[in-house]
Amino acid sequence: MRIHIKNGHLIDPRNGIDAQQDLYIASGRVVAVGTAPGGFVANQVIDASGLTVVPGLIDLAARLREPGYEYRATLESEMDAAVAGGITSLACPPDTDPPLDEPGLVEMLKHRARQLNQAHLYPVGALTHGLKGGELTEMAELTDAGCIAFSQADAPLTDTRVLMRAMQYAATFGYSVWLRPQDSFLAKDGVAHDGEVATRLGLPAIPVCAETIALSTMLRLARETGARLHICRISSAEGVDMIRAAKREGLALSCDVSMNHTHLSEMDIGFFDANCHLVPPLRSLRDREALRAGLLDGTIDALCSNHSPVDEDAKQLPFAEAEVGATGVELLLPLLLKWAEQAKLPLADALTKLTTRPARILGLDAGHLAVGVAADICIFDAQHYWKVEPAALKSQGKNTPFLGMELRGKVRYTLVNGQVVYKSA
Amino acid sequence: MNNPQLNKNGELQHLLSTEGLPARILFEILDRAAGFIEGAAGNEIKKVPLLAGKSVFNLFFENSTRTRTTFEIAAKRLSADVINLNIGSSSTSKGETLLDTVDNLCAMHADMFIVRHAQSGAAHLIAKHVAPNIHVINAGDGRHAHPTQALLDMYTIRHYKREFHNLRVAIVGDVLHSRVARSQIHALTTLGVPELRVVAPKTLLPTDVGKLGVHVYHDMAQGLQDVDVVMMLRLQNERMQGALLPSAQEYFKYYGLTQDKLAQARPDAIVMHPGPMNRGVEIDSSVADGSHSVILPQVTFGIAVRMAVMSLLAGK
Repeated sequence: MRIHIKNGHLIDPRNGIDAQQDLYIASGRVVAVGTAPGGFVANQVIDASGLTVVPGLIDLAARLREPGYEYRATLESEMDAAVAGGITSLACPPDTDPPLDEPGLVEMLKHRARQLNQAHLYPVGALTHGLKGGELTEMAELTDAGCIAFSQADAPLTDTRVLMRAMQYAATFGYSVWLRPQDSFLAKDGVAHDGEVATRLGLPAIPVCAETIALSTMLRLARETGARLHICRISSAEGVDMIRAAKREGLALSCDVSMNHTHLSEMDIGFFDANCHLVPPLRSLRDREALRAGLLDGTIDALCSNHSPVDEDAKQLPFAEAEVGATGVELLLPLLLKWAEQAKLPLADALTKLTTRPARILGLDAGHLAVGVAADICIFDAQHYWKVEPAALKSQGKNTPFLGMELRGKVRYTLVNGQVVYKSA
Repeated sequence: MNNPQLNKNGELQHLLSTEGLPARILFEILDRAAGFIEGAAGNEIKKVPLLAGKSVFNLFFENSTRTRTTFEIAAKRLSADVINLNIGSSSTSKGETLLDTVDNLCAMHADMFIVRHAQSGAAHLIAKHVAPNIHVINAGDGRHAHPTQALLDMYTIRHYKREFHNLRVAIVGDVLHSRVARSQIHALTTLGVPELRVVAPKTLLPTDVGKLGVHVYHDMAQGLQDVDVVMMLRLQNERMQGALLPSAQEYFKYYGLTQDKLAQARPDAIVMHPGPMNRGVEIDSSVADGSHSVILPQVTFGIAVRMAVMSLLAGK
């Protein structure tokens, strides 16, 4: 299969391209940028006039709900949604049922994903058996099965000695440890940021120090053990400051933030909007500004969807009882564009948050379009406005705080390994 | 953001919280309640046909005797048909969701729901869900709001003090877990009380409580200095079991209302309590039964205030 993508505006941050250039693809790889290689005859020509052509997006956190939560979503529905959002590689957290703590489970998931032949799936393995925070998983075996990192997802790991041992063991093999900082005692029963809104609405609260105390432990243990640490879903201004300082000291550290937290705050809870019941909690406006500043100055490496589809019934409950999470993969690109526009950041710079930076965190040669790499490509209309509503989403999860909002940016084509896996109607 | 309590004409559609209600609506409720009390024969408020033919469902997902009973009496005085449902022991334990329960009752032609639930926001959820001809009254949701309690407190204050704009009011006790306190604070600030204080140890105050428009005191003697109204809050026994407070004795010593501490307040100060009281924990019996106490009149006024809310919602 040979594809010619013509007349598009190509943006490839890593290779310094931000211009109208054609792309030529053969046997699943990029074979030329700009001018066709000698004797190239395309089987398929994609006219990208007026469209933007970028490396396929990489999402560091998308829950596909398999195995175990198929009533919320299935691999089919969510992989469909991911490519409709221009995502060509995604990492999925281990908090499935059972959790991804056995090589067999990981192999099965990888196998199912390969059969679907859509985005590349990179499972994050459980750091401890059953995510219970007690015994280590077989990290080497899990890596052989396809895990790219190890994590507790949102499950607590209260025993700091277990955490230290887990990081030491991971460091032995050079594996990455992905952790979301939250002290489980301070966060106990909490459902909203400990601030003005939780006070007004009478919601049990999670203080910022639940994040910073856990983060401080993690940073200290990373220094101690030499483990490669990735901090997931940072949510507070103080947390961003701590990561900035740790990076300045030279710690091998990366960090991501969810798109929800980049755009929303506790204020968006309004009158108990359960779509805003998220983990970590939406924090104050000041925290949101600090997250945006951290993303801008590179303290925060990547933006992620934190895609967590929830079935409708589970949200039709009082705020605290409503299931945590929001659908996200189809909103990731529009929300990146929105941030870039608000931050007055050139698109090429903003795109690094969904391409080169997450590729580096995953250790992949992806997120760029040099000759020879797999042709994972997203082609989108940056001027197309659309309204976020259930019917517009392919994900089985229809809940998001952005419901009813008009967003800019619609994916037209997604290619994985040089094959069109999504084309908008 | 639309205020979910008001319809598009700015009239009361549901009573969910005292927050965001304009003073004119609060005064309208108080005036209407006064009308019922002035029309009373002796202590007995007359039965009126304002809600005749209407079905009022007392939907209590959390136990309550006092609030449910006063709502029931109020609805009956308005000639409504009252149906009491103690959901805690029926549907939800069989796995039915909150909104399924509500849908079923709507199918039985409910006109009004009076809802109590252990979770903050439950009444908002129901109000958002029901058809526009159905009204929801929040009878207490989690730590969030208990607007009829706050309104009867406002009625009581107005009865004894006449005006709000020259008062100094102190709310004492477990503000953190109290839906009553939150509703009182919003009502008092809306009605123009110039100085509102909360008095409690730091473990019983929510973060940024000052942003609700109150002055924070940790010393009770200072907090009660020259106040016109002392509003005590109930301290639930389970608060003693965690790390919030060391003991009931120590709490009573520093935050229990005694004659000594009350002496800091103005000589004509009134003492209020939403009930049920823990004598010897947050209030001394000599104060609860003393000359400053207006705790029992509060309960009586509660019936008229709830009648006022229900009849206003019904558009009668």
